[in-house]
Amino acid sequence: MSHLVDGEPGSRHLMMGNEAIARGALEAGVSVAAGYPGTPSSEIIETLAKAAEARGLYVEWSTNEKVALEVAAAASFAGLRGLAVMKQNGVNVASDFLLHLAGSGTRGGMVLIPCDDPGALSSINEGESRHFARLVEVPLLEPGDFQEAKDMVKWAFELSEELQSLVMLRSVTRLSHASGDVTFGALPEGQPQAAFHCDGFVLDANEGAVMSAPVDYKHGQQHDKLKKAEALFETCPFNTYTGPEKPEVLVITSSACNLYSREAIKLLDVEGRVGLLKLGTTWPIPPRLVEKHLGLTDKVLIVEEVVCFLEDQVKILTAELGAQVGVKTFFGKRDGSLPMVGEMNPDHVAAALAKILGVQAESVPEEYAGRAQEAGFVGAPGRELTFCPGCPHRASFWSIHNALELDNRKGFVCGDIGCYTMGVLPAGFSTLKTVHAMGSGTGVASGFGKLGPFGLDQPVLSVCGDSTFFHSAIPALINAVHHKSDITMVLLDNSGTGMTGFQPHPGLPRDALGEDAPAIDPAEVCRAMGARVEIADPFDIETTQQVLLDLLQDRKGVKVLVLRQICALSPEKKGKKLYEMTLDQEVCVGENCGCNRLCTRIFRCPGLVWDHEKQAARLDEVICTGCGVCASICPSGAIQRREVA
Amino acid sequence: MKNGTLTSDPYNLIIAGVGGQGNVLASRVLGGMLTGKGYHVTIGDTFGASQRGGSVMSHIRISRDASWSPQIPKGRAHMIIALEPTEALRVLADYGNPKVQVLCNTRPIYSVGVICGELAYPSLEDLEKWVRGLSEKAWFLDATNAAMKLGNPIFGNIMMIGALGGTGALPVDRQDFEAAVSRDMSPDRVQVNLAAYDMGVKMVEG
Repeated sequence: MSHLVDGEPGSRHLMMGNEAIARGALEAGVSVAAGYPGTPSSEIIETLAKAAEARGLYVEWSTNEKVALEVAAAASFAGLRGLAVMKQNGVNVASDFLLHLAGSGTRGGMVLIPCDDPGALSSINEGESRHFARLVEVPLLEPGDFQEAKDMVKWAFELSEELQSLVMLRSVTRLSHASGDVTFGALPEGQPQAAFHCDGFVLDANEGAVMSAPVDYKHGQQHDKLKKAEALFETCPFNTYTGPEKPEVLVITSSACNLYSREAIKLLDVEGRVGLLKLGTTWPIPPRLVEKHLGLTDKVLIVEEVVCFLEDQVKILTAELGAQVGVKTFFGKRDGSLPMVGEMNPDHVAAALAKILGVQAESVPEEYAGRAQEAGFVGAPGRELTFCPGCPHRASFWSIHNALELDNRKGFVCGDIGCYTMGVLPAGFSTLKTVHAMGSGTGVASGFGKLGPFGLDQPVLSVCGDSTFFHSAIPALINAVHHKSDITMVLLDNSGTGMTGFQPHPGLPRDALGEDAPAIDPAEVCRAMGARVEIADPFDIETTQQVLLDLLQDRKGVKVLVLRQICALSPEKKGKKLYEMTLDQEVCVGENCGCNRLCTRIFRCPGLVWDHEKQAARLDEVICTGCGVCASICPSGAIQRREVA
Repeated sequence: MKNGTLTSDPYNLIIAGVGGQGNVLASRVLGGMLTGKGYHVTIGDTFGASQRGGSVMSHIRISRDASWSPQIPKGRAHMIIALEPTEALRVLADYGNPKVQVLCNTRPIYSVGVICGELAYPSLEDLEKWVRGLSEKAWFLDATNAAMKLGNPIFGNIMMIGALGGTGALPVDRQDFEAAVSRDMSPDRVQVNLAAYDMGVKMVEG
């Protein structure tokens, strides 16, 4: 960690892409960085927070991505360099302000870094952020390796100041969460001073009011900036060509796909036949540069993830340049040479190139491949995702599931984003029936709660995490209260942004820099809205279920149950047992109990193992975290708990 | 180069395990050992669902002079370090080839499907047979049990790095390990990690 700040210029370090991005921001002299946690972006803000004291930065985990972008933009308006960081979905959240910021222009360097997740390795979508650059009309950069991840961030700030425009720099999981060699540059000296000049002529970009109106004037200005960006991109050193003077096939690519394409060309041993145009500036694409390379050959393969973004732009340009560059044959996603969905890899690119060139990649012998597949299938039982041992969510979903069964009116639960999304899986007893964006569980529930007059008579519940509550559930809950929607929101309060690594949120008494911060109690917020609020410990199964049943019977408007229990993995909790647990295999009657092996077959905590030999449940003491919940579900009394003093 | 060169460039190594086993730390330590010697290293980690019982995999590309893709092409691994035995098979299915070598920790970690009795976990004899049949050379080490003697099963991952050093498959040794961990760890932690490394070396020498 220390080399992040102390590393000498010219020294080489193995860094995660997100760390390289953070170092790039430090080399650019960023003053303010704000974001909302989300995989694969979280380490950028975390890394900058660690460097904050040494480098004189202000870093915060904002309430949501829109606020993060607003906070970072204020720094730019005051002449400082500001950075906003978020995962792909965050750009959707921030997009209204994003459009206005694109129109208003910026002063100090202002960069937005979205980290996309092609293949949805840690998401429930593979939506991408690149289209926002085209939609709101700001320049877009995409680093093609780890060194560029650092260097392009620094350049993005310079570009932003030259154009007086927000610049987007898009990363992906395989850059953000991969690691490679990075050579450091120098860190700037001195602390920049902030001042907001706003008393000048209204249209003055540096002294006037900051806004996107008058629209015809500002929008026209924005297009002038894009023209200027286009001209700068023509000679940008991050756009590179490698390959022969007259390639048979031209590959046009960006981002991590640059690394896959390079690998595929080597793999097929076709360096002499394939040219690789790697673009670091992908919106707007530099037309003369692309035209020059389109002139090299008539076969073009476009490699990108996830949607056709470069492919569309190159095709539009080719149509415009028809007379100069002639007819091209395009290969990519649209013709099926590459898959339309999912993440790219060297094998996909190699297969596409092999088809175009009529060559074959060397592969493992068929006999071996068959045996390997079979051994993998038979010998490696699947690893279904589950809640951690001692996770409060398992206990919460157990109670919600049971209360709905007892209530017996086909009640259902609307969910959203967090570890608790797994409530849709057997791990959460398949309790969730809708899952969409952050905060959407409560918004969708608010709608369901108004369908009574149309005959919908099922109880409606939503679940929501504590960080999600502040992020975007509050407006949904206010909507439900104001419209007297009959719903029960269960707030799964585990005291942190658990899924992404315990980043603080407004409900906690500390901030991203570790400083004291006023904590806002979600229960009080809900009471102030006029909701009926109850609080319970999800590990107390009996009370939780009673309260839930009572809330389900109460048909008047919005009810909130706060289930408060700290995440099992949080630094405060880890390794601390509430109970010493014992399981007496003599008392457990296994399949003959009549409980249908409730603990191992249904509850499925990893700490409880079905012992085939003894035909009884067994406690794995290494895995058990002593939450005590399973003692309440065992009808035979085989599982016992003793409070740890 | 102090000692030896790469048998292939890039040399493709995969460390596979289950969330919580220290996969990412192991790949970082090995990466640090190699960058310390001037190699170009690219690591592609797959994590995120790691804390929740899922499989975790790190692809490590080692080269004299270039950075490579963070994903190894299918069937192109030179060495697989499996922190859990069934994960060795899972990786071999996609990245194995007749020349691959495998270092395998024999301590199973049961998935929820196995725990609840829905899925069967293979016997260690079968696992060994399959892995040997799919590799040029394989080592089976009880690293977790040995690590527990050092006070924490997590040292199993460092023991596997020691075992890798012991095989001589890569041009790295104890000194490189010591240099790499000394950069990030306090002196007392360096000592216990060195002990784990040495135990790993012995396991493949025996």
